[in-house]
Amino acid sequence: MTDPRTPEDHTPDTQTQDGPRRILTPGSDLNPRREFLRSAALFTGTVAALGGGLEVLTRRPGAGSAEAQTADPFSRPDRPLGPYDTDEKVTSYQQATTYNNFYEFGTDKSDPARLARSLRPRPWTVRIDGEVRKPQTIDIDTLQSWFPLEDRIYRMRCVEGWSMVMPWLGFPLAGLIRRLEPTGKAKYVQFTALLDPKQFPGQKQQVLQWPYVEGLRLDEALHPLSFMAVGLHGRTLPGQNGAPLRLVVPWKYGFKNIKSIVRITLTEKQPQTTWALAAPQEYGFYANVNPAVPHPRWSQATERRIGELGRRKTLPFNGYADEVAGLYRGMDLRKNF
Amino acid sequence: MTRPAPATPARRPPARLGWLVPAVTVGGLLPVAVLILDALSGALGANPIQRATLQTGLLTLALLILSLACTPLRLLTGWTWPARIRKTLGLLGFGYAALHFLIYLFDHSFDLTLMTEDVLKRPFVTAGFTALLLLVPLALTSTPRAVKRLGFQRWTRLHQLSYVAVSLGALHYYWGVKKDHTPPLIYAAVIATLFLIRFLKRRPARPGTRAAKT
Repeated sequence: MTDPRTPEDHTPDTQTQDGPRRILTPGSDLNPRREFLRSAALFTGTVAALGGGLEVLTRRPGAGSAEAQTADPFSRPDRPLGPYDTDEKVTSYQQATTYNNFYEFGTDKSDPARLARSLRPRPWTVRIDGEVRKPQTIDIDTLQSWFPLEDRIYRMRCVEGWSMVMPWLGFPLAGLIRRLEPTGKAKYVQFTALLDPKQFPGQKQQVLQWPYVEGLRLDEALHPLSFMAVGLHGRTLPGQNGAPLRLVVPWKYGFKNIKSIVRITLTEKQPQTTWALAAPQEYGFYANVNPAVPHPRWSQATERRIGELGRRKTLPFNGYADEVAGLYRGMDLRKNF
Repeated sequence: MTRPAPATPARRPPARLGWLVPAVTVGGLLPVAVLILDALSGALGANPIQRATLQTGLLTLALLILSLACTPLRLLTGWTWPARIRKTLGLLGFGYAALHFLIYLFDHSFDLTLMTEDVLKRPFVTAGFTALLLLVPLALTSTPRAVKRLGFQRWTRLHQLSYVAVSLGALHYYWGVKKDHTPPLIYAAVIATLFLIRFLKRRPARPGTRAAKT
């Protein structure tokens, strides 16, 4: 819009307070048709600018695929259910591999699937140290060859209030621990994930203290439910799910299930775990799924199973109370959350 | 168009800006249409309710901030058109807040006991719910008739609640985020800047600055 007035208009007597405002209302030279076209153009432009601007500001691609069970040949292993398997509907491979919390790639749930290619799961070694008789560094393929791989269909409950049913492939953690021959001093198992900002671009930001560290009490680690996964849905574990080796402790919140493990240390003292360090009042060392103990900012009474619209009740110990409640006999689970 | 230009500008909005409020309304409602399309096409991803909750929350904040930016913008530039869309933007913000709340209720299967517990026990929910409650009287008194009934002074004072509401909204967002607090802090910074501009501009006009009294 240009000022149609000539410089002569700017004589002192016309330049009152109202003078400059006339810039907004010149237009007496416009005929109705031009006026209409102009209004229509401004209308369209404003709609596009405001609507588009709001979209840019607030619309993020929803992480994960909305499509539920498409033909997914690996969704359920072709075998009778084992004693620890759930018979619930398995979360599709699509959803299990596109809706992930893996802050090493980024804080958005779509980041892991998008950036997982930067992770190189081979060659890969795992250092074993601490209170063990024979500290050593083992190649992942060697480590894997020690145990026959088995399936476990476990529920997985995220501390954020959603859950999945995951068909893992791997071996029980207890077998690994026993093979490492812990000394009499070993009371805890500490797991450390890979630290490498080149492979984990999210580590360039100090959202959490890197590397990610998790831990279990030795008796928890020796429980038959505790599992080391190297595969999912009958396939090799994808990067976004923690390739090549991750922990699965199904009665605890998902963040205990440390991914891309490079070091296992048997310790005498309780390890300082990543989320407990980041927000000690919100995330504890135990992190047992417990509907009776709310997160300080949200309730843990219910959860959304991915693929479903409604919510379901969260079960104590994520439904594994019969198996694991005994581990915590005599403990105040409100304090040891 | 032979009529000579009036000596004083008309107080009534000139017809040439008639497109503005409809454009803001349509543009502001566009995200609802996109959200519905996203929901139908599966673009909301594996956890669509969570996605829709977040987006309507962000839309609430964005529109309330735009509405609150109108006066500072007018004060800084002398333009009058921001004042014309302030109400529309505010009402749109309230609409998104209500939608956000409805999705929350749907998410909790309209269980009011659960909602009450959430509101009473969790500061994160308390802040958001209070912000919504504060917006209700503002939406109800958004008509010119309400301004007349209350009197301009009282109406203005009442509508200063919008500052409280938007601040609580930003706090609600901050508390709702699990770890990466950068986005809520950006919203908070924008709100703080808008407050600051108003505060500075409210002071008696200094020599050389245009008194922006209307």
